[in-house]
Amino acid sequence: MLREKYAQEIEAILSKYPAKRSAVLPLLYLVQREYGYCTEEGIREVAEITGVSPTEVREVVGFYTLFYDHPIGRHLIQICDDLPCALRGADELVAHATRRLGVRPGETTPDGRFTLETVMCIGACHRAPAMQVDLEFVENVTPEVFDRIMEDLSRDGM
Amino acid sequence: MGRYILLRHREIPDLHRLEVYIRHGGYEAWRKALTAMTPDQVIEEVKASGLRGRGGAGFPTGMKWSFVPRDVFPKYVVVNADESEPGTFKDREIMEGNPHQLIEGALLAAYAIQAERVYVYVRGEYRSVARRLEAAIAEAYAAGFIGRNVLGTNYSVEMFVHLGAGAYICGEETALLESLEGKIGHPRVRPPFPATYGLYGKPTVVNNVETLANVPPIILNGASWYRTMGTEKSPGPKIFCLSGRVRRPGNYEAELGKITFRDLIFGEEYGQGLIGEGRTVKAILPAGASAPMLPASALDTPLDYESVQAAGSMLGSASVIVLDDTVDIVWAAYKMVRFFQHESCGKCTPCREGTYWLRRVYERLVAGRGRPKDPELLESIARQMAGKTLCPLGDFATSPVLSSLKHFRKEYEAYLHQVAEIPMEVQA
Repeated sequence: MLREKYAQEIEAILSKYPAKRSAVLPLLYLVQREYGYCTEEGIREVAEITGVSPTEVREVVGFYTLFYDHPIGRHLIQICDDLPCALRGADELVAHATRRLGVRPGETTPDGRFTLETVMCIGACHRAPAMQVDLEFVENVTPEVFDRIMEDLSRDGM
Repeated sequence: MGRYILLRHREIPDLHRLEVYIRHGGYEAWRKALTAMTPDQVIEEVKASGLRGRGGAGFPTGMKWSFVPRDVFPKYVVVNADESEPGTFKDREIMEGNPHQLIEGALLAAYAIQAERVYVYVRGEYRSVARRLEAAIAEAYAAGFIGRNVLGTNYSVEMFVHLGAGAYICGEETALLESLEGKIGHPRVRPPFPATYGLYGKPTVVNNVETLANVPPIILNGASWYRTMGTEKSPGPKIFCLSGRVRRPGNYEAELGKITFRDLIFGEEYGQGLIGEGRTVKAILPAGASAPMLPASALDTPLDYESVQAAGSMLGSASVIVLDDTVDIVWAAYKMVRFFQHESCGKCTPCREGTYWLRRVYERLVAGRGRPKDPELLESIARQMAGKTLCPLGDFATSPVLSSLKHFRKEYEAYLHQVAEIPMEVQA
């Protein structure tokens, strides 16, 4: 239960806004941190805390790309293949990542370690091709850089 | 004064730290406004400076502030840090390198309209950037620049960072406000405008990060100093985001109207030319995916709002993406259409359906299954979208389509010829 485990954090989030509903997005981030994705249980808790109906919370989960209504890998690999990155090799990087991980964009490796996604512009066009690993920027990504990061993440024992 | 007004961290190490920022004149404008200027005087100074919104629309900032009613409370300032236009990465650099100048600008905006709260809406993908900004805000609180009775005056103001969760549409100011209220990012019907009916239905000013970073130097040095930079109608400095097929992509700060596309792409202190030997510019995207592309004949256009408009496009956020002669224009248009189809929020039918059908047609074009009438079909779809939606996304989505057909129609024909060959192979 979020409300017991994160009582202080939830209080701090609510105190930032004059309306509880504004806490929906921050609380959904908390749900994902706790459960790995927006579980039905988590969605109900957010609804109860904010006084918004569970249906409306589900609608928010569905609208924003960074919320997931299904389990994803322990590491989220998001490669930008939008125009500025694609002008500097992003499509080739996606092809490399697909071969290396053995999954297509949108899929998770069978061991549950990596979810591979292609995403729209992430604001790193001057250091393209670029990606985010668990929402941290990795820029000027060559196949070698990609492989090294995957090896490091595979070694972390998670 | 150094070379930079906005990207000052490039010549001042550790400018993101409060003590360094203060040592270099930081928060002096804030002190000046609070102790020696009325809110109206702050608005008048920004109005006189001619500062125009740097998020894309180019609307006069002081004018925007002056629309806020005086007698309705509470009021809000919302910083639009939802930087998501393809090819745009300037606000990120300001927040990472020079966050206090943004914070100070946001505080000045708050004082000008007498807002009690500032929310900085940062796109979800910039989580690491938002954390640095939060650290800077905490420093400013601790030093008494934000909070109750700021600097011993009777003015109190609070500032919070709010993280988005991945949606380009939230860069549109009314969709941003909806998102900040915890809802899906659907644009609102306007009027009423945010100045009178904004966050929680209260008077609200929404300004872009770069816009607000311009405000402290304006208040400190005055509108007439600011107007010594740029042009009559586009005063001041601007950050140009340069990306694509150039040797040295990056953010470049220059006075508006003082450099051309050619200077930006080929200049020694800017892009240093194209990647590879003997390449030429085929097309320029002046404002990411949203403004019409221009052919190489526009290279000598000065980079200010009026000149780029006169050349048939828009300066917008000044996110210049360069396409060289190796780039397939149909493929590039497909990439941009795909972006808008992904980002259409689905509220307005012409945009939701139109971007879907545009994408479908482009998919068959780039797959070599183009039909002879496809260029006309694309134009027909685009015509049914333009001007028929609540927010500009529907119009933006037609830009890559119509401008590429206008300037590079021949490249489409090559795709249509492929179709003619396919049946022959089938026959064989």
